[in-house]
Amino acid sequence: MRAAAMKKYEILPHTADGKFRAYGRTLEEAFEHAALATASLMWDWSKVEPKVAWGVQVSGRDREQLLVKFLGEIVYLLDTRQFLLAAVKDLRISQAGDAWSLEAELLGDVISDLYEIFGDVKAVTYSDMKIEECGGFVLQVVVDM
Amino acid sequence: MELRRIDDNTWEIPKQGEMRVPALIYASAKLLADVKRDMTLGQARNVACLPGIQRMSYVMPDAHQGYGFPIGGVAAFDLDEGIISPGGVGYDINCGVRLLRTDYTENDIAARRKELLSEIFKEVPAGVGKGGVTKLSRAVLKDILVKGAGWAVENGYGTNEDLERTEEYGRMKDADWASVSDRAMERGIPQLGTLGAGNHFLEIQKVQEIFDLPAAAAFGIRGEGQILVMIHCGSRGLGHQVATDYIELMENTFGIQGLPDRELVHAPFRSELGQRYYRAMCAAVNYAFANRQMIAHWVRDVFAKVLGSAKGMRQVYDVCHNVAKVEKHAVGGQVRDLCIHRKGATRSFGPGRPEIPEAYRSAGQPVIIPGSMGTSSYILVGTTEAEELSFGSTAHGAGRVMSRHEALRRFRGERIRDDLAKRGIELKSTNWKGVAEEASAAYKDVDEVVRVSHEVGIGRLVAKVVPVGVMKG
Repeated sequence: MRAAAMKKYEILPHTADGKFRAYGRTLEEAFEHAALATASLMWDWSKVEPKVAWGVQVSGRDREQLLVKFLGEIVYLLDTRQFLLAAVKDLRISQAGDAWSLEAELLGDVISDLYEIFGDVKAVTYSDMKIEECGGFVLQVVVDM
Repeated sequence: MELRRIDDNTWEIPKQGEMRVPALIYASAKLLADVKRDMTLGQARNVACLPGIQRMSYVMPDAHQGYGFPIGGVAAFDLDEGIISPGGVGYDINCGVRLLRTDYTENDIAARRKELLSEIFKEVPAGVGKGGVTKLSRAVLKDILVKGAGWAVENGYGTNEDLERTEEYGRMKDADWASVSDRAMERGIPQLGTLGAGNHFLEIQKVQEIFDLPAAAAFGIRGEGQILVMIHCGSRGLGHQVATDYIELMENTFGIQGLPDRELVHAPFRSELGQRYYRAMCAAVNYAFANRQMIAHWVRDVFAKVLGSAKGMRQVYDVCHNVAKVEKHAVGGQVRDLCIHRKGATRSFGPGRPEIPEAYRSAGQPVIIPGSMGTSSYILVGTTEAEELSFGSTAHGAGRVMSRHEALRRFRGERIRDDLAKRGIELKSTNWKGVAEEASAAYKDVDEVVRVSHEVGIGRLVAKVVPVGVMKG
């Protein structure tokens, strides 16, 4: 667990789709790493220049829905703005009763011949989703590919 | 979990606990071993617990684990007591397959095969983040969501005969663009007329073996070596977003308490939200029909350009693999309307059903089952028994057995290309990693899947086809 906690995320085997576990000392950090894990199934985010910024705001009825909607923004920005995520900045999560909300800045670049896109995440699912708190946070997510 | 053997190809999970009906699995011992390796059986059991489910929760021979419902799952719900669920359709609404026949034989195209595939690769946009050639306005998109493949034909892509030879005649009439979110439309606008990526592909194929001559003749399949074209794609980001949107809306409206799996969220079929999802899903179905209609048109153009003529390039049929629709079926001796969910399953209607176009009504509906990349695909024909056995449904393909991650570790796309080339199959792709992920070894044996379908009687073998050229998104 200690070794795993040092990683940002790890990709897990799943028969049909993409599955990963993202780690963070805080819920915010774990969400940030989940965003990078999602991107890693489609392109190498570490090679993308942080030239363009998109502000995202999502809300949800619980942490799971918040996560599905936040990661869904990456897919949406790819499809509609040709945006490739490189980094997540200033991610903040707040809770008021049953209402969770998240704000973040997504940095990246637009699709060009510079970048190889090798995967297609269609949607973020609740399948086998886990949000665990054990010192830090572990998020497990399956995406439809 | 108790699993009772009924016969060589049929297994039952008896009704127990909260199950309202039993679950029935059509699989040989070999396929069942694959199915047992993941969560398929538990998912089939969960589906059997849903309100208003009729007769059985069915699992097709190519089933594998999905989210909520298994892929290869078929479930029918009462319209008054039952539900509709986005998870029972899947994210890629109307992912489906279109098959074109030609008058060409393998020998006719041998010298131009490479060129044909290269030209198709140029004409049909594919790959992740790749937009279409058509810049759509929102007004035109709304028209497409309502008219489906009919919009494409009105605009010069193909013929009225193509529409006759498409499930639902290329248009689900309950579609409503106003039920489709702005986000879904935004994702749909740049992607119309694109193949996409993942498991989607376009193949030039040849007929290898005919099992049922009269049915083959009815479908325009006349002999070994005949060239066909198969197009496999869906509703792209628009359909994915419709599913995502309505899962959220249903969660927020009906809650998630008591659901064994959050992806099983549903709405009563007759509820306002249930109907809104149904109309939005129909719109996404129509988008996918228009998408395949346009791609088929470009393929014909390429054949005409490279070979001098697209003569005889008639559509055999176009089937949905992910859809929910209202159909008449007999339950308990009474015929009534039910909401059939087919997720990774193909409608397989036998002779006489009014939904089948006149040209095929005495033969039965063509069922098109694509194999994995570079392996065989099959043409089957629907049966009357299938109505009793599976609400008129059969398998939809090979079904994965290995994760993409594992496939990437084991295979190299360029190597697959070279191996296929040795077998006389050309391969073009936007991305070699994507090719590795779709390696045929990552899939079940499609031959076994269709054999079980044939033996059970839910879809009978007509012809086996093999690729000569493969384009992967």
